Amino acid sequence: MNILVCIKQVPDTTEIKIDPVTNTLIRDGVPSIVNPFDACALEMAARIRDEQGGRVVTMSMGPAQAKAALKESLTVGADKAYLVSDRAFGGSDTLATSYILSRAVKAVEEREGPFDIIFCGKQAIDGDTAQVGPELAEQLGYPQITYASQASVHGTAIRAERETENGKEIWESSFPVVITAGKGACEPRYASVGSILAANRADFPVLTIQEIPAKPEHSGLKGSPTKVQKTFVPLRKGGGVIIREETGKASAVKLAGMLADIGLV
Amino acid sequence: MSEYRNIWVFIETFQGAAKNVGLELLSPGRAMADKTGQKLVGIVIGEHAEEAAKAASAHGADQVILVDGPAYAEYNTAVYADAMHQLVEKYKPDTILFGASSTGRDFAPRLSCRLKTGLTADCTGLDVNPETGNVQWTRPAFGGNLMAVIECPNTRPQMGTVRPGVFKKAPARDVAPDIVRETLRTPPVPQSKLLERIQEVAGEIVDLEGAEIIVSGGRGLGASENFSLIRELAGVLGGAVGASRAAVDAGWISHEHQVGQTGKTVAPKLYIACGISGAIQHLAGMSGSDTIVAVNRDPEAPIFSVAHFGIVGDLFEVVPALTAEVRRLKAEKD
Repeated sequence: MNILVCIKQVPDTTEIKIDPVTNTLIRDGVPSIVNPFDACALEMAARIRDEQGGRVVTMSMGPAQAKAALKESLTVGADKAYLVSDRAFGGSDTLATSYILSRAVKAVEEREGPFDIIFCGKQAIDGDTAQVGPELAEQLGYPQITYASQASVHGTAIRAERETENGKEIWESSFPVVITAGKGACEPRYASVGSILAANRADFPVLTIQEIPAKPEHSGLKGSPTKVQKTFVPLRKGGGVIIREETGKASAVKLAGMLADIGLV
Repeated sequence: MSEYRNIWVFIETFQGAAKNVGLELLSPGRAMADKTGQKLVGIVIGEHAEEAAKAASAHGADQVILVDGPAYAEYNTAVYADAMHQLVEKYKPDTILFGASSTGRDFAPRLSCRLKTGLTADCTGLDVNPETGNVQWTRPAFGGNLMAVIECPNTRPQMGTVRPGVFKKAPARDVAPDIVRETLRTPPVPQSKLLERIQEVAGEIVDLEGAEIIVSGGRGLGASENFSLIRELAGVLGGAVGASRAAVDAGWISHEHQVGQTGKTVAPKLYIACGISGAIQHLAGMSGSDTIVAVNRDPEAPIFSVAHFGIVGDLFEVVPALTAEVRRLKAEKD
C-alpha cells in the first residue's frame, strides 16, 4: 500500500483566549499543533502500512513553519514528508485548497508512485469545515469515505467504519480512495528515539505553485468563491440567578420550585 | 448569474421518510425566499419517498422536486451527487441548504466542488445581504471562539450546511403539494458503497435535537457509572441525556450524546448542565436553549455565564436532591 496523509498545522484552539478590551482572538503564544484528526489519520495509515507493507507519505500545505508538523509526522509513522508552500496559496478557501492539494498529489505521485489511499482528518479544529477531504476526492475523481473511525484492507477493497449521528455504518470502497478520519479508537503512537533522530536529519522537499503546477487563478484568494465579510466574538449572556442555600439539597429544592414556577417541571 | 433563481433545501430521508434535519431548514429557507421574492423548493431523493415530498410541502416548500427510484434507496455519495448535479444544471437554483448531518457533510462538499462554487460549513445563522442579495452565512470558527460571516458573491448556486437543531420546523400546513417528479439519466456505478448500518446503542435512540428537555453530564461526574444520576434526572423530567466532549472522550458515554462544536447543536426548552465547566465548544452547541441550568462546584466555571439558574455545589448532592424534588412535585400534581 502506498498511502498519502494530508496534515495541517493548526493553533491549539483550546488555548485561544479572547482579548477582553478589543474583543479579538489572542493568537500570540498559542501553540501550534498537528490537527488532532490528521494525527489520527496518520495512525490509521501507519497501521495499514505495518500490516500490508508499503509506505506512508505526509504532505502539508502551509507556511514554512508547517515543517514542524511534518517533522512530527516522521516521528509517529510517516516515511517521507512534503511541504506544499507558496505565497500564492494564501487566503485559499476549501475549494482552492482542495484544488492545490489535488495538484500536489499528482506532483508527489511523480516521485513516490501512485497512492492507493489518501487520508485526511475529517476536519481541522481551526476552520472545522470538514470540506477539504470530500472536495479533494472530487477533484481527483476518487470515491470517498468520510468520518472513518477504523479502516482495514480486504483484498482489493478497503472497509471503513463511519461514525454517524445514530451509530455506525460500514462502507467499502475500491482503490484509490480518499478517507477522512474521525478520532475513533486510534491513539497516535509514541515517537521512538530513532525516529526523532531521523526526523531531525530529514529534509522536506518544498513544492511551489510552479512545481505542482497549479493555476494562479484557481489558487489563493482568487480561486476562492467564498469571502469572509466579517468576524465577531460571540456574545455571551450572563446575569443568571445563582442559588445559594445552606446545603446543596436545599438549593436543589429551591431550583425545582423555581423551574416549576415557570412551567418547566 | 441572474439566471439562477430559487432557494433549495435538500430534504434528507431515511427509508423514505423526511428527517427533521432537512424539514427544519425550510424555516430559514422560507424567510429568505420571502425576503428576496424567490420560490422555496424542497429536493427529495430516495425510494418510495413521496411521503417525504408531502412533508416538505406541508412544512413550507412551495414546490418539491422528487427523484424516486431503487438506485436512491440508500444515500451514496456518487449516486446522490450525480442526481443533484443534474438537477442543478437543469433548474439553476440560487441557493442550496443542506443539514450539517453526517450525510449532508459528505454530500454538500462533493457537489459544491463539482459545481466549482462556494460552500459554507456548519452555519448557525442565515441572512440576506440587502444590497447584493447574497446569502450571509454565519458560522463558528476556532472552536466557537470566533464567528465569521461569509458570502459567495461571484458564483451560483451559493451553498451551505446548517447545524441541526439551530432552526425549528414550522408547523405542518394543510396544502395541496406541488410535486415535480424528475427522471434522471442512470446513475454511475459507485466505487464505494454502504455494507451495513449498526445502531450503536440497541433500543436507545438518542434524539437530542428533538428533545424538549436535556440533562447533560460532564467531567465532574468522574466515572461512567455516575451517569446514572443524569439518567435518573432526565427520566423524571421526561428528557434526553446529553454529555460534554470530556465525558465522551473519557469513554463514559457514546458520541451520540455529545453536545457542542463537534457534537450536536441543541436548543431545548430546558438544558441542565451537571459537572460541565462550559468550554466554549460546549457553549456553541447549547447556548441557544430557552432555559439553562448549571450545577458546578467551580463558581468561576464559564457555564455560569450562560446559565439562567446556577447552583454552585457538589453535583453528587444536588442532582439526586433535584431528582427527588422533581419527582415529589410531579406526584403532588397528579
